[in-house]
Amino acid sequence: MTGFLQNTFNGLVSGAFYALLALGLAVIFGMLRVVNFAHGAFYMLGAFGAYVLLSEAGVPFWAALVVMPVALGLLGMALERAVIHRLTRLDPLYNFLLTFGLTLILQDLVKNRYGVQSSPYATPAELSGSLDLGLFDFPTYRVFILGFTVLLCVAVWWVLSRTRVGLVVRAATERPELTRAFGIDVGRWVTPVFGFGIGLAGLAGVLAAPMRAVNPLMGADLIIVVFAVVVIGGLGSIFGSVAAGFGIGLVQAWGEAYLSDFPIVSQTAVFVVMAVVLLWRPAGLFGREEAPA
Amino acid sequence: MLRIDNLSAWYGQARVLREVSLDVSAGEVVTLVGRNGAGKSTLLRCVMGLHPGRSGVIALDGRDVSRLPAHRRARLGLGWVPDDRGSYATLTVTENLTLPPRVGPDPWPLERVYEAFPALYDRRASAATMLSGGEQQMLALARVLRMGARLLLCDEPTEGLSPLLVRQVADLLRQAKRHGVTVLLVEQNLHFATGVADRHYLLAEGRIAEAMDNSEVRSRERELLAYLGI
Repeated sequence: MTGFLQNTFNGLVSGAFYALLALGLAVIFGMLRVVNFAHGAFYMLGAFGAYVLLSEAGVPFWAALVVMPVALGLLGMALERAVIHRLTRLDPLYNFLLTFGLTLILQDLVKNRYGVQSSPYATPAELSGSLDLGLFDFPTYRVFILGFTVLLCVAVWWVLSRTRVGLVVRAATERPELTRAFGIDVGRWVTPVFGFGIGLAGLAGVLAAPMRAVNPLMGADLIIVVFAVVVIGGLGSIFGSVAAGFGIGLVQAWGEAYLSDFPIVSQTAVFVVMAVVLLWRPAGLFGREEAPA
Repeated sequence: MLRIDNLSAWYGQARVLREVSLDVSAGEVVTLVGRNGAGKSTLLRCVMGLHPGRSGVIALDGRDVSRLPAHRRARLGLGWVPDDRGSYATLTVTENLTLPPRVGPDPWPLERVYEAFPALYDRRASAATMLSGGEQQMLALARVLRMGARLLLCDEPTEGLSPLLVRQVADLLRQAKRHGVTVLLVEQNLHFATGVADRHYLLAEGRIAEAMDNSEVRSRERELLAYLGI
């Protein structure tokens, strides 16, 4: 029982990263109809930025947790204005080429400067050690990640469901053209929403730094699973992306724990789940078929 | 209030409107009748700014708005009632109503909307797409009244509605007209059209074929119905 709870907790922690990344992808896709293949690179930049800030300028984790998402959000907004917004009128193939190209550029810039080996990032002193959760001990830092991510998801949900900004974003996500006909300048919201999604990826990266190996390819490894998560949750569904993120974290953790003799099964479980979900619900668990504009 | 001059519109290579000119005075209710594919909906979409391929002038209160994006036109007082009713599945009924900003001199307060539409009040927290077709049509009309739009662009507001609901829509449009609201209406139901409108344009193959008043439509009803294929 204790083992099961521990695996479950670990699954929720890795699910938290999936949820943060998938949430950003979902709001970006919803508002821009752009699938951002560069999302993993921004996650990597978040982690690397935290590492560089600490090792070269002595900036602590807590400051990086604020600085990196804001800086990457601003970088995202600049990229949206410079190139991403041109995608709306082009064939979706250009969406792939541009964002995948951005990934390669960002990865190689980091590789050139810092090489491919992993860099260590110390867990902040306040969060080192472990917490006694009654049945078992659990690393304090992981408890922090889970609590922080859940709070953040609740805050995003609150903004989306209870504020004027959220109302406009939901309406524009569902039916952009109709929303313009109701006097709302949808275009004005596109750049900040893109920046917000990128900021979340950067935040996930900073959170990952003390826990995962910080290297230029860390985002590339993760993003494939995150895309499966987004598809399972339903492309563009904000709630679906978060729920599927935590769900897939659990599936992976349980698979690794109980199917460790069959590594092929546990490694491919995510994609098997995705295939089954798509056969059953082609628009994903919480997705809706595209409405006409 | 609305003046359209030499409006032409295309879908790719296909020309669907040919040099259409018409005008609608403030406080008037004017219908566009015509067969399916005659270009009625395209004309409304051009006025709203939702159809990119077009030439000609669309003037609102004497001001050329044909280069303004849709959201700017809405803020000048255009109220869009789309043919699919434009309900948002991810928004509640109340959110559907309060999404558009108030644009006109006489926006309906939410309480007044709910007094006029008790069925919407009962379903105010439901997703808009969970409502019946008739309720969604009421929601679409209620939404532009809450905006305070001065010129309503209604694309077949009675389509698929029961006779009782058609009468309700007619009452509502007459009530709006009494408050000075102008309406440009696409309609196939001639009985409904003559009940609410002052004038009618018959659109055929992208052109204005005839301009008619109510008595003319009534006296030629049989001929027109046969022409419209109803």
